[in-house]
Amino acid sequence: MVTRTARTDDHPAEAAEPNAAPASWEHRHLLDVDVLSREDIVAVLDTAEAMEEVLQRRVARTPALRGVTVFNLFYEPSTRTRASFELAGKVLGADVINMTGSGSSVEKGESLIDTVATIRAIGADVIVMRHPSGGAPYLAAQHSEAHVVNAGDGLHAHPTQALLDAFTLRRRLGDLAGKRIVLIGDIKHSRVARSNVWALTTLGMEVTLVGPRTLLPTGLNAAPPASGRDLSLPRVTLEEDLDRAIEGADAVMALRLQRERMQGAFLPSLREFSRRYQITPERLARAGEGAAVLHPGPMNEGVEIAANVAHGMQSEVERQVAHGVAVRMAVLYLLTQGVGVDR
Amino acid sequence: MTRDLLIRGGRLIDPGGGVDAMLDVLIREGQVVAVGAGLDGAGAPVLEATGRIVAPGFVDLHTHLREPGQEYKETVASGMAAAARGGFTTICAMPNTEPAMDGPPVVAQVQEAARGGPARVLCVGAVTRGRAGEQLAELAELRDAGVVAFSDDGDAIAGGTLARRAFEYASDLGLPIAEHCEDPALAEGGVMHEGVVSTRLGLRGQGALAEVSIVERDLRLAEAAGARLHICHISARESCEAVAEAKARGVAVTAEVTPHHLLLTDAAVAGPNGASPGGLRYDTNAKVNPPLRSGDHVAACLEALRTGVIDAVATDHAPHTVTDKQCEFDRAAFGISALETAWGVLGALVARGDLPLGTAIERLTSGPARAWALDRIVPGLGWLAVGSPGDAVVLDPSSRWTVEPERFASKGKNTPLAGMDLVGSVVATVSGGRVVWEGAS
Repeated sequence: MVTRTARTDDHPAEAAEPNAAPASWEHRHLLDVDVLSREDIVAVLDTAEAMEEVLQRRVARTPALRGVTVFNLFYEPSTRTRASFELAGKVLGADVINMTGSGSSVEKGESLIDTVATIRAIGADVIVMRHPSGGAPYLAAQHSEAHVVNAGDGLHAHPTQALLDAFTLRRRLGDLAGKRIVLIGDIKHSRVARSNVWALTTLGMEVTLVGPRTLLPTGLNAAPPASGRDLSLPRVTLEEDLDRAIEGADAVMALRLQRERMQGAFLPSLREFSRRYQITPERLARAGEGAAVLHPGPMNEGVEIAANVAHGMQSEVERQVAHGVAVRMAVLYLLTQGVGVDR
Repeated sequence: MTRDLLIRGGRLIDPGGGVDAMLDVLIREGQVVAVGAGLDGAGAPVLEATGRIVAPGFVDLHTHLREPGQEYKETVASGMAAAARGGFTTICAMPNTEPAMDGPPVVAQVQEAARGGPARVLCVGAVTRGRAGEQLAELAELRDAGVVAFSDDGDAIAGGTLARRAFEYASDLGLPIAEHCEDPALAEGGVMHEGVVSTRLGLRGQGALAEVSIVERDLRLAEAAGARLHICHISARESCEAVAEAKARGVAVTAEVTPHHLLLTDAAVAGPNGASPGGLRYDTNAKVNPPLRSGDHVAACLEALRTGVIDAVATDHAPHTVTDKQCEFDRAAFGISALETAWGVLGALVARGDLPLGTAIERLTSGPARAWALDRIVPGLGWLAVGSPGDAVVLDPSSRWTVEPERFASKGKNTPLAGMDLVGSVVATVSGGRVVWEGAS
């Protein structure tokens, strides 16, 4: 699948050559996983393997994106995703500029469209955007010539997280077709869960969503409409009992539970939630042997995941973070191939 | 300008009067004086309607004119011009202006702005002072100033006791309360219908229950008070069921539905497949409250309109600027500019076989007039018979046209129908005997 050439030269485009620029990659933006074919996703993962190799070098730098300007535009607080994109850009030789909602023109009431146009005028080739409103990156993509990467929009999507999860799972489990993963907890408010449903089902995994009814979104597994466009998510298995769902699973993913969920009466208490839905060593033992444990972070240890599972032998949590850089390098590379080369 | 007119050669459909025949209509001094075959106008100007349908001028129970306070979105003048193009000769101005239409001065201001215009503007007074949902507005004074109904539209009357007293007080005055049925606690700030599409788009949903629970509450309160209740922009299957049941047990309830809730589903928010980068659209022009709902709700509303459970089609014309709409979906204003597309939408439903032509016309004429007993205020309104106002519309029910919002007379170009083909055009609009709109035919 991945040809690993032990390169010693420092020429990135070549280093990434075997899989980094598949002729089939035709996406200008990365807004959601729903438009990615199986081949597209495999292309990202294969490219990320090549990027992993770059990251293993003594001097982890390549000039593949030299002359490319990446703008991190974050309207929501984030540490790991922003740092991950920043490092991904820098390893590839891009200029990376960070802008947050606070302390900028955004706070002075500038519209998203104007902000995006301004950033483009400054010279951004790629806008990496996080926003509390679902769909905001689509608005940016409509109004800017720059490539837009969705780094999380409202409850909608977090494509690079799903791609790095897929990368992590593929490394751990090999071919994902026919394997089963259980996603646990606050599915309703999770863009990570939505993007993973797209990515992992596209790669052939069986996905089970587990949580109390109050934390599951409506309209899952609905019958397609009699006429018009079918906008449903891919079919999944829904389960309210974690002990039953986890039986024999190849992988489990805990989702972050926002502590304010008690306010909306989604849950009675953290205590009750953790009793029913925490991944504990006992529950993990019911999963398949050596099942992978994932969490997109930041974790509430002792709530959705037990500390000794989070840091246990089966945990992929730290590797997920590490893989995030390679996957985001791959995304930046695929979107901008050609951009900057001739400038 | 003369207020005499002979409308000649058309097929007159006056559903309120049970008329569907080849008849001419003669208007003198702004009033219908004769309806018959081969009428002699005796020198009155002639409007040729051969091959067309002639019907009473449309009556809209739900129009947002934005004046006073938000004249950058719409004015009484631009709203009346939009009404004329849409075939509406009577429009009911909702009170969510700034300041709210909660007393005679604002009513007088709107009436003054409308004087001599191409449409009759009837005012709806606020139920509560400033629409704040705390104290009753001076409802009797509002009635004396000429309002035809009361409404806190934009919100339901807040709180059970306040709503109960409002129904009791309004009951004495004989005017209906038009309710925007939405329980904010159940709507949870949802920006679209809760279901498959909201889950796909990652937008907060507002379920049908937010509407249904207030419909049920108000039916009971109005029944107990012996008051007249009008349900604005009904959108949920269960609401239609509740209204049908209440009508059967004799509650004085009427209901309206908008054209867009009859034609579009929540899928309109995501736009047509491949419409934009990434395949999803987040079309803020499809953001409206109540939200466009799923196909089962749309079908139920259509059925309720056919059977008369829903009395009227009302536009909920809600003009907004481009800036109000060209932003993140969560931040975009709710509302659709609908006066100029209403007939085309109903025509499309007629062409599709979803609605008989006569019913479509009835729900825009005598249906709304009866719902609010408007003929008590303007005798003959909603009909086209001797003694009626000289308000008429000449229709081509089969011509196809493409919605181009930039050509709207309304300041609000906000419609999810842009670029869509509709069926049925307004060839001419006659208001008080004057031809106030003649489209290209």
